[in-house]
Amino acid sequence: MSKPSSFAGDLSGLPTHAFGARSLTWWGVIAYMLIEGTAFALAGASYLFLMSQEQNWPPARLPDLLAGTLFTVVILLSELPNIILKKAAEKEDLAQVRRWLIVLDLIGLLLLVIRGFEFQMINVRWNDNAYGSIAWALLLLHTVHILTDWVDSAVLTALMFTPHGKGRRFVDVSEDCLYWRFVWLTWLPIYLLLYWAPRVA
Amino acid sequence: MTRPEDLPRDGPALQGEELHRRLSVTWGRAPGLWGWLMTVDHKEVARRYLITALAFFSFGGVLALMMRIQLATPESGLIDPDRYNQIFSMHGTTMMFLFAVPVMEAMAIYLVPLMVGTRAIAFPRLNAFSYWLYLAGGVMIWIAFILNVGPEAGWFTYVPLAGPEYSPGKRTDFWAQMVTFTEVAALAVAVELVATIVKQRAPGMSLDRMPLFVWSILVTALMVIFSMPAVALASGMLISDRLVATHFFNAAEGGSALLWQHLFWFFGHPEVYIIFLPGLGFVSQITETFCRRPVFAYPAMVAALLLTGLLAFGLWVHHMFATGLPRLGYAFYTAASMAIALPSGVQIFCWIATMWESRPRLEIPMLYVIGFIVTFVIGGITGVMVASVPLDLELHDTYFVVAHFHYTLIGGAVFPLLGALTYWFPKMTGRMMGKRMGLTAFALVFLGFHLTFMPMHFVGMMGMPRRVYTYPASMGWEGLNRLSTVGAFVLAIGLLVFAGNLALSLRRGRLAGPNPWNAASLEWAPASPPPPYNFAHIPVVGGHTPLWDDHGRLTYMSGLRVDDRELLLTTAIDATPDLREPSPTPTIWPLLAALATTGLFIWSIFDPWAVVWGSIPVAITLTLWFWPKSREPATEPVIE
Amino acid sequence: MRRLMPLLALAASGCAGVQSMTGGAGLGSRQFNTLMLAFLIVTGLAYLFVLLFLGGAFVRRRRENVGNFMRPLLIGWTAFILVGIALLTLLSCLDDRQSALAGTGQPPLKIEITANQWWWQVTYQDPMASRTLITANELHLPVGRPVEITLKASDVIHSFWVPGLAGKQDLIPGRTNHIRLLPRRIGLLRGQCAEFCGMQHAHMALDVIVESPARFAAWYAAQLRPASPPATALAQAGQAWFLSHQCVTCHSIAGTTAGGRTGPDLTHVASRRTIAAGTLPMNPGSLAGWIANPQGPKPGNHMPTIAMSGAELSAVVAYLGSLE
Repeated sequence: MSKPSSFAGDLSGLPTHAFGARSLTWWGVIAYMLIEGTAFALAGASYLFLMSQEQNWPPARLPDLLAGTLFTVVILLSELPNIILKKAAEKEDLAQVRRWLIVLDLIGLLLLVIRGFEFQMINVRWNDNAYGSIAWALLLLHTVHILTDWVDSAVLTALMFTPHGKGRRFVDVSEDCLYWRFVWLTWLPIYLLLYWAPRVA
Repeated sequence: MTRPEDLPRDGPALQGEELHRRLSVTWGRAPGLWGWLMTVDHKEVARRYLITALAFFSFGGVLALMMRIQLATPESGLIDPDRYNQIFSMHGTTMMFLFAVPVMEAMAIYLVPLMVGTRAIAFPRLNAFSYWLYLAGGVMIWIAFILNVGPEAGWFTYVPLAGPEYSPGKRTDFWAQMVTFTEVAALAVAVELVATIVKQRAPGMSLDRMPLFVWSILVTALMVIFSMPAVALASGMLISDRLVATHFFNAAEGGSALLWQHLFWFFGHPEVYIIFLPGLGFVSQITETFCRRPVFAYPAMVAALLLTGLLAFGLWVHHMFATGLPRLGYAFYTAASMAIALPSGVQIFCWIATMWESRPRLEIPMLYVIGFIVTFVIGGITGVMVASVPLDLELHDTYFVVAHFHYTLIGGAVFPLLGALTYWFPKMTGRMMGKRMGLTAFALVFLGFHLTFMPMHFVGMMGMPRRVYTYPASMGWEGLNRLSTVGAFVLAIGLLVFAGNLALSLRRGRLAGPNPWNAASLEWAPASPPPPYNFAHIPVVGGHTPLWDDHGRLTYMSGLRVDDRELLLTTAIDATPDLREPSPTPTIWPLLAALATTGLFIWSIFDPWAVVWGSIPVAITLTLWFWPKSREPATEPVIE
Repeated sequence: MRRLMPLLALAASGCAGVQSMTGGAGLGSRQFNTLMLAFLIVTGLAYLFVLLFLGGAFVRRRRENVGNFMRPLLIGWTAFILVGIALLTLLSCLDDRQSALAGTGQPPLKIEITANQWWWQVTYQDPMASRTLITANELHLPVGRPVEITLKASDVIHSFWVPGLAGKQDLIPGRTNHIRLLPRRIGLLRGQCAEFCGMQHAHMALDVIVESPARFAAWYAAQLRPASPPATALAQAGQAWFLSHQCVTCHSIAGTTAGGRTGPDLTHVASRRTIAAGTLPMNPGSLAGWIANPQGPKPGNHMPTIAMSGAELSAVVAYLGSLE
């Protein structure tokens, strides 16, 4: 590099964090959603495939609606505090973010408890037959999502109460909200498959 | 605290030797083993991937030679059926999961950040983590094989053969978990590459100015994202059928053997294009350089890559033509399987058209391009044949198909890879590979390849099925088999010469400057090998061929931090500068998290509860990985 | 075209063997040859163009204005590929239709084949139960009469494939598949399992004898008869030993108390060309070797090694060898 370089512009005025598609990690979250979404779609397709091969579906008792429907209602309602949290993060309002993170952490815990009941109330075990296996698989896949998102949120909540709670961390919170949206959006088709497809078939 | 304006940044005031010195400190790592374990430099991680993948390639090759020795004689008693079945299963598994995809990943991890003009790959710690997982999966399956617990149901492990009743023991479980290791690694790399390509391109490198190799990697990464979940799901279902008595594939309890095939091939078909597309990217870059012209009809080339990636997802049932599904449905897959010949055909035309525009320099990489064209098209032709249901019903599961996929995989991916290694060796090492050895290797590889695999078309048509450990003397197959065996050894010698050339040139190759081939793309701007920070200043790009434009004088953007790792994010389509992004420093957490994950994966082969308990160390290591370092707030100041 | 076919077959396979797919002994195989030729012509033309085009890039000396003809040439090439693909797809579909419609107007012969690790159970079906024939590992077919085979599997996925007659179909546990054959030439053919099915996949073959309707009827009648009682003292001793040992758990011999169905039916085993699903020729020597040590020629197969003295072995071999 003996010759001096020629410069067309300067980058020092650029910000170091931004929300939405401007954020690098946003693309990571989107890619992760595509991966998990594909896995869910294929698991759902497997459910439908197995259903099409069977005369009686389910070859077992119908799943009880209570726990699953309660879960669905709660998770849909959770979008409300989720919207508030996302907006607060994008305004970088620390107090609001702390408050609503805790609210969502508690809702997450509640959902995990209800989910525990769901596993019993679908009235079939994973090793009874293929229907039981795929039903448990769908429920388990989604539970892993709730769990990993919950751990993620818990860590973020802790972070926001430390001196690290500034700048880029608000972007992390906003993206966590985005991911939560994905968690309940993917639940809806699974709910329909698990609880209503056997009733319609 | 220093004011943002006072922080040292690259630019007119700070460039040249002084800048290089300071950036090397900021972007370097501690010397020795500890630093090596903690590195997040994409070039170092890529080299690891490359060496490991090439090692697995040689192991898989040795297995192939063993099979060829066995099959040279009818009713050979050399290798017993159990061992042979493990050998062919491990050959396919090693080549597909442990060599072909990882080696392409390796080249992408190394080249993409350099080609798009950025300082690091996106998510560098994830990159480091992915390598350790890949290594763990490969080592696990090979130890299992050496201990005689290797998979023996093929690389595709059809059920019910691979299920709990007909494959007792842990063999298939090791296979299924190896898939988990490698597929998590591949998905991680795919995410990094998409993010790097979309967000970290140099200013001015709009999508329509991206090098064709980068396009091929973008499409490949997207294919990985949409196809790998299928094999992850399938292998998860297989492990759970075997370990906790689920019935996904158990016909007696409502499961289906065809469910496995659908899920596996939904992954399996795109998988071969995942391997093939980066090879096409290599060919584009090499052709451009040695023809001294950008490849003819760039928009057609990009469209061909996109169309290939898309069509690849509509073909999978062509692996199932003999399973008795409705014939009307098959017609769609025949049409799609033949249609995919179109984009490849267009690309072949465009490369040759580029050669017409200006006579190519016949350097070794260009020879491999020619070898690729001559060989791959044959594979494409036999592919069109097996796309036809009536033809496929005879040819399926015979040596004809073995010939077909080796023509496409070796012709279409390995030949370009050998060309690419020769081509980018100077960039990676600062030395040229030897020309005479290179020529010898090329000749032996080309000759050996055709001698090995061309006879297989014919012995297949004579009725020799695949995956047989022996065959009767009365069939008349030994002549062609013997020819293939001889060819295999010629091919092996050729590859040994290539490897020898690699090793010798590392020490004694002619020294290379930044751009010994006089190429046009950005990776040839930095020194050979590049410094840890890649580019001292972020380059600005005005066209397809940055190093050929304006007499090779690049323009830059100044202003990135020098004492902290910082790179530039640009907008997705037009690549206008948008954000300054901090880049992670070396850390041991990716390795620790990988160890925890390895523990989880291996333990769960033996005990379902491992999924619960084994997750805890993983969660802890991941949390500590992502927990911000205390000095981070000091890197935040922004000039508003 | 007709005269080109045998030449092609010869060139492609060097004297079509019993398992060659270019033999053309059945309708499916003949259609394969014709279709393959069409494919070779179309794709061969494409390859020729590629080679010439590539060669031309190095031979040409002047480099001006290639862009002028490159663009139209690219369009032409694309059109050629599209038309070629469409043509080949159409020909494939026509081939399928032709196979589906083929039949000589005769009622089809109905057979059910169940694949097991590593042998074939063959059941000739007949509306009269007394005319249902169960045999193993060998198929006799009358020439010119369509055959409909129902395909089932008892354990893992196998694939039924007689290349000389037609393409293959998988036998999948839990599913029933079908295949139609139309043998057109008298002779001996060989089939082999074409889906990896475990340890002895390589030794799961099938002898196929296509014969005149008269000979087929004679064979069928002979096969329907129960096993002939052993004539010699040695063979009688062999039968006594056979019926009082584990053999009967797996094997059946019609007309005796042996009724096992997990292994091949042995009623007329000596009339078959080979034993152990095409692994060994049917003769006293291989029979003795097989019974004494089944794990030798076919390691991992499900027939246990039963301890017997040399005299007992000779007797059993003599008995089984008499079951024509």
